[in-house]
Amino acid sequence: MSGFSALDLARAQFAFTVSFHIVFPIFSIGLASYLATLNGLSLLTGRTVYLDLFNYWRKIFAVTFGMGVVSGIVMSYQFGTNWSVFSDKAGPVIGPLMGYEVLSAFFLEAGFLGIMLFGREKVGPTLHFLATLMVALGTFASAFWILAANSWMHTPQGHAINADGQFVPVDWLKVIFNPSFPYRFVHMVLAAYLTTAFAVGAVGALHLLRGTASPAVRTMFSMAMWMAALVAPLQLLAGDQHGLNTLEHQPAKIAAIEGHFEPQARAPLILFGVPNTAERRVDYALKLPLAGSLILTHSLDGVVPGLTNFPEKDWPPMAIVFWSFRLMVALGMAMIGLGVWSLYARWKGRLCDWPWLQRAALALGPSGFVAVLAGWVTTEVGRQPWVVYGLMRTEHAVSPIAAPAVGASLLAFIVVYALVMAFGLFYMLALMNRPPLASDAPAPHAPALATPLREILFPPSPDAR
Amino acid sequence: MLDLPFVWAAIIALAVLIYTLLDGFDLGVGILFPFARNAEDRGRMMGAIAPVWDGNETWLVLGGGGLLAVFPLAYAVIFSALYAPIMIMLLALIFRGVAFEFRWQGARAAAIWDRAFALGSLVAAFAQGVTLGALVQGVPVEGRAYAGGWWDWLTPFSLFTGAALVVGYALQGAGWLILKTDARVQNLAYDLARLLAPAFLFAIAVVSLWTPLLDDDYAAKWLSWPRIAYVAVVPALVAFAGVVLLRGVWREREASPFFATQALFVLSFVGLGISFYPFIVPHSVTIWQAAAPHASLVFLLVGACVLVPVVLAYTAYVYFVFRGKTPVDHEGYG
Repeated sequence: MSGFSALDLARAQFAFTVSFHIVFPIFSIGLASYLATLNGLSLLTGRTVYLDLFNYWRKIFAVTFGMGVVSGIVMSYQFGTNWSVFSDKAGPVIGPLMGYEVLSAFFLEAGFLGIMLFGREKVGPTLHFLATLMVALGTFASAFWILAANSWMHTPQGHAINADGQFVPVDWLKVIFNPSFPYRFVHMVLAAYLTTAFAVGAVGALHLLRGTASPAVRTMFSMAMWMAALVAPLQLLAGDQHGLNTLEHQPAKIAAIEGHFEPQARAPLILFGVPNTAERRVDYALKLPLAGSLILTHSLDGVVPGLTNFPEKDWPPMAIVFWSFRLMVALGMAMIGLGVWSLYARWKGRLCDWPWLQRAALALGPSGFVAVLAGWVTTEVGRQPWVVYGLMRTEHAVSPIAAPAVGASLLAFIVVYALVMAFGLFYMLALMNRPPLASDAPAPHAPALATPLREILFPPSPDAR
Repeated sequence: MLDLPFVWAAIIALAVLIYTLLDGFDLGVGILFPFARNAEDRGRMMGAIAPVWDGNETWLVLGGGGLLAVFPLAYAVIFSALYAPIMIMLLALIFRGVAFEFRWQGARAAAIWDRAFALGSLVAAFAQGVTLGALVQGVPVEGRAYAGGWWDWLTPFSLFTGAALVVGYALQGAGWLILKTDARVQNLAYDLARLLAPAFLFAIAVVSLWTPLLDDDYAAKWLSWPRIAYVAVVPALVAFAGVVLLRGVWREREASPFFATQALFVLSFVGLGISFYPFIVPHSVTIWQAAAPHASLVFLLVGACVLVPVVLAYTAYVYFVFRGKTPVDHEGYG
């Protein structure tokens, strides 16, 4: 590890642990709301199908939540171990926001989780619904505070700097409701809902393709497709607004995303290409004329920024954000496509009976997770070389620790997370692989009879049979 | 004018104390896991803590997060100085945390994750004890950064406090099992408590005598006249709680072993507070030097005053819902 500095390794460790972590809260936020909805519907309609679905997803939620908790504890300590200068300087602003997250969100989730998972018989259906609602509320509150802290690092305001070089809060409302926060919050919560909808939809699709069209499976698939159809286009709108906000506050990030080195009016939209920072151009670019200006400025003549507007030491790494952004958008488009297709299928009365629709839903099952990670890579790498945008460089935030210490702990995290992730994923997929049990029906046929996934995704052609 | 750093030091200390009282017993149950005779007993032991462990562990996050918010300098210094034990603790907590969900996924999963649960609980407890010992023996600071070496935390004293905390948590775990189970599991817990209770009292005595020898400042705080007249109350109460504990364990009472152990933790913690005050990083940084700017302290204090009582209230409610003996056929998460 002699080739890497402590800074590189600390950055790698943060990127690795936060990427691993974020997957679980995303799913928890979406699933908690889904579970609260199912619980409420069961209370409202008295239909057992909702309770069956609740009990089915409850188990998957428990695994997700547990993995989110343990990987989250690491995050709250890592600021001190690897980023002690950042902690000392930005702690007075970031710390209280995280303190509120713990007090208003973590305790709420963790406290009522026990009742939500084990306590239905003990407290009765109404209080059980309220406990589920509290868990869902906790996930929201958590997203609110942590995104306020993160957004402040992107668009800091409402603070002063004292003699020790610390950021001192002056106006908390300005700190919390900083310019990028509302956009980031909406974008992230919608992303959590979409991710969950596609994961739930994929599980429904899997069981439909296996011929288990029970009411629970049909309800699951139908609810997920409603979410896809309604929320995916909404997310496009939210993402566009977030992009405009970024253009206003972090133009260098937008230039890197768009692949623009020179500022220009009537700018094209570069769909694909290979950014070449040395030559300051994008090779093999596939361009859509005028669309760049149109999307970013909502006018054909609008001037969009280029990286050369900024000193080169302030450039974010273009190649990474260029690609991660395109991956996110491509997945978003695929989600919108599936949503529209599901509406058409619903209109035709074939929603649960159109194998290619179900195969597409199954294939897009993990799309939300990938899109979220790609989106976060875009925004966080795009903030570089700053940790607090424009005020504190990442290289100045790191702890005075030796590379071997960070390297050793990074290695340990990779090994442990890979192990835990492998088991967690295996158990979660095993749970999803079983169809939901109907409370008044005998146990369904054994999974041994189930069609292998490979045959479902790539059905043998009729000639081959 | 309210002395905000002092108020916050009290709140953070309270959070850490509540953490050791709550997560202490569920870590302890994990440490005692290998002594269970069969799968049914292990299931019951797990069932006795499954609904509450998550909330218990959240107090650790409050301790860490709160420190960042109100004593950022202490957070930065302590976590760099104690890098290795803290990292080891976090990794161990991962293993035992996921075990709660993973073990219900089948017989093979139980075999793997029951071991991870026991080992993770043991290592996490030991690492916490080492962290505490290393902090007590002092952390050198220059400017605004840690100025010691990477292995300073590893000393005979810190290893001893590590072992002491393992014994203490295990005793809490045994007390909790006595309270929450009956029959075979409860008998096992009594047997273990008969070993652990004297061992824990011995460990408290050793640490109490060792601490004043570490540093003149500690010696002055405990042994100088007239302070000694006030602080001697703590060891006297420890002796009293120790007698209650031993009687409860040998006469097989249901509640007193657990609550006497909790009382010993509270008293040990008060003792630590007497040793530490006014430092937050012993001998280097006082609570006033480490405190965040006034605006940070006030902002979070408003939230803490409203939310900590609410948190305590619904935590109590959750314990109330799951009161009484844990049923044998606890279904688990799966």
